[in-house]
Amino acid sequence: MANFFLDNDDIQFLFRHIDLAELARIQEDDFAHNGDDASGYAPRDAADAVDNYQRVLEIVGEVAAEVVAPSAERIDREGNTLNEDGTVTLHPLVRENLKRLSQADMMGFILPRRYGGLNCPYLIYTMATEIISRADASLMNLFGLQGIAETVYAFANDEIKDEVLPRFARGEVTAAMVLTEPDAGSDLQAVRLRAFQDDQGNWYLNGVKRFITNGCGEILLVLARSEPEIADGRGLSLFITERNEQVKVRHLEDKLGIHGSPTCELVFDNTPCRLVGERQRGLITYVMAMMNGARVGIAAQSLGIAEAAYRMARTYAHTRWQFGGPIERLPAVAEMVTDMKIDIEAARALAFETARVCDHDHNNLRVLEMGPELDKDEKKRRKQLSRALKRMNGMLTPMSKYYCSEMCIRVTHDAIQVLGGSGYIKDYAAERHARDARITTIYEGTSQLQVVAAVRGVTSGSLDAWSEEHEKRTYDDHILEELKRKLIEARQLIAETITLVKSNSTSYLDLSGRRLVDSAVTVVCGHLLLAQGAADERKKRVARRFIERELPVLRMNCAQIHAGDMSPLEEYALLAGPVPAVV
Amino acid sequence: MAYDSVVCVKQVPDTANVTTEAMREDGTVNRGALPTVFNPEDLHALESALAVRDEYGGTVTVISMGPPKAADVLRDSLFRGADRAILLTDRRAAASDTLATSYILSQAIKTIDRYDFVFCGRQAIDGDTAQVGPQCAEKLGIPQITYLHEMVSIRDHVARVRRSIGHGWEIVEAKLPVLITVLESANRPRPPSARRVMRMKRARVPAEVAMEVKAEMPDAADEQLAAETERRVQELRESGLLIEQWDLDHIQADLSRCGLAGSPTKVHRIQAIVLTKEGYTEVQPSETGIKELIHELVVDRTWG
Repeated sequence: MANFFLDNDDIQFLFRHIDLAELARIQEDDFAHNGDDASGYAPRDAADAVDNYQRVLEIVGEVAAEVVAPSAERIDREGNTLNEDGTVTLHPLVRENLKRLSQADMMGFILPRRYGGLNCPYLIYTMATEIISRADASLMNLFGLQGIAETVYAFANDEIKDEVLPRFARGEVTAAMVLTEPDAGSDLQAVRLRAFQDDQGNWYLNGVKRFITNGCGEILLVLARSEPEIADGRGLSLFITERNEQVKVRHLEDKLGIHGSPTCELVFDNTPCRLVGERQRGLITYVMAMMNGARVGIAAQSLGIAEAAYRMARTYAHTRWQFGGPIERLPAVAEMVTDMKIDIEAARALAFETARVCDHDHNNLRVLEMGPELDKDEKKRRKQLSRALKRMNGMLTPMSKYYCSEMCIRVTHDAIQVLGGSGYIKDYAAERHARDARITTIYEGTSQLQVVAAVRGVTSGSLDAWSEEHEKRTYDDHILEELKRKLIEARQLIAETITLVKSNSTSYLDLSGRRLVDSAVTVVCGHLLLAQGAADERKKRVARRFIERELPVLRMNCAQIHAGDMSPLEEYALLAGPVPAVV
Repeated sequence: MAYDSVVCVKQVPDTANVTTEAMREDGTVNRGALPTVFNPEDLHALESALAVRDEYGGTVTVISMGPPKAADVLRDSLFRGADRAILLTDRRAAASDTLATSYILSQAIKTIDRYDFVFCGRQAIDGDTAQVGPQCAEKLGIPQITYLHEMVSIRDHVARVRRSIGHGWEIVEAKLPVLITVLESANRPRPPSARRVMRMKRARVPAEVAMEVKAEMPDAADEQLAAETERRVQELRESGLLIEQWDLDHIQADLSRCGLAGSPTKVHRIQAIVLTKEGYTEVQPSETGIKELIHELVVDRTWG
């Protein structure tokens, strides 16, 4: 049987390379339950837990390869259907995919066992998300919405949790996070949808939401303005509601890609709902937490799409003969295929590292907020740890989302290029991968916004903190040591460049953001690949190619920043030309 | 109305992943070099039984005849939702042909006693005989419906089934209990449930436990091994993770009808066919060229 986990050497390598036993220990509170809780399927020890993770990924891999992938083309061509009564009928094959995932218990991936979940670490979920996305990018938008259940778990009261979470875990319901409005996209502080209370204190929603992924789902988490007198993000709260007559899908978007994922315009008409957590914390606490997880999800989706495209290009370059040989012998093609693969591995290293840090962060917070009372010192230690991890995630999460999604667009377009004319026609999936890829740099925060978030970490010490840990490592291999030395130099150069930027204006920092983040990605991914290279000969070559290829780009980026060109801002009207007249 | 099903499953060599070591010099199969899999059509038989249980209630019992390693397919069946699993293992059953196998299976099914359905895959990919299912039905004295394509309905103790007849289908009815053989086109087997995997991955048959104990304590005396095995078996039984293991005595089998003694099938000759290419013939794309080719094929009895 085909299996998208077992046939993926790199994911399997990382499964062994990353210290999963450590993650299992923090995820399972050091196995205090001794493998014996009410669920009947708690792991006894770290080896048992890691064995479970392996088995879970094998199931995901089997479902992805055997069920999901064969349906992807038809779902892409046929899409979902909007009915006259404001409901949506999912494509029968989408329903079939969801049914299979539910049968495999894959819809409660990260939920605690108490609710019927698998209690897997976020890293394992990230691997699973990639595997599903490779089979059908658009199914990820439904599979990947499990972060919503996680948000309910983290912030809702027990009544809501007990009612909703087991249904998520059984796969009976899917959800949507209902944030975007026609005039509130990247700027969610501008959300206008009203939440109001009647005399008995019951909450209702009124207004319109747009671009809602799976807005036709059964459970909606809605960001709404509960404090009309407060105009910014502090006036927003989070509400939960179930599909009912008072919320209708008015429109299904006709999109470039991810056709299996229904993108809905929703109309709320005095829709009854319940408050999640506390008032006014909707955007600033809950949605921010939810979006961070969702961003790692998009990074994983990007990896999956890129992996599918790369595999197609690799096979094609090998089997397509021109000029008396396979086209992979042509240097230009060989370089394209090599760099596709290397970029995927670099991006995967970054995304998985991010997920790993997320696991440390989540579990530490869980112990702090939900665990038994800690003694004073331990509490202090954990609070400090929490701040450090939060800062690190504040850099790594947007960095991963940015780098993986941009990589995905590059790789899927190169795949079309390798396939040539065949890549441009619908007989091959290459064009579908490129269309599906295009959304990844846009939703859950555009690349430009990820850069704004990531550059904060890069310029405020997170990059240094992260790098210093990795620079301490020693390699008993002169190639790796030499590459490490180059990365240390590179960080010096970035540090000098940051000093220069900081002495300039804030807008110059914004203008230089992408170049700084790109440079930081080179250092971070470089170190991650070096560590992998110490464990594997091929990985050593991958590290060398990546670092040697990227260092000149890093120097170029820094040189450009040093040049101090502000013309896109200062001479915008002149350089951008006049606004075209309306025809 | 709930229905109880028995599903016969088999572990077979994975003929889709044959390596060069699969055949020995003398042309016999090197089973050790072959990975094993759940016989594909048996997975569809299991799915048919699970679907009946989902819709009407009841139980699904899976039984497999084979060496202790065949417990793999039983565990897989438990992961996918089976309620009970039984391994029929006995050295005296080795070398059974389809007649002996179906006798042994039918004895086991009689021992299970309560059943409304027996589901079998149409055939196994190692032998491709498609005989065991039908022979079991004969020995159990119950009706059989082969080549199930769709279970249409079950009502008043009558199953209505759409069966494939090659170039079309027919709908037939049979009184329960009935034995049904299932085609790949009948359904799509459900994936293993992750929670069941986590819960049941340590399920074992006693024979496996004995082998594990022996591997872990290579120097222990026989009594020591037996005691340790018994302790672990008891532990598994208490946690509900013991897969039942039956032998020929348990199912009251007539030994003369089992194994080699009960197998009239005699292998006449095993031929190792090595395909070699010797030159080629060029056929002209003309009326005459084609006529000559047809003539040649008729003469060497490839055609006609």
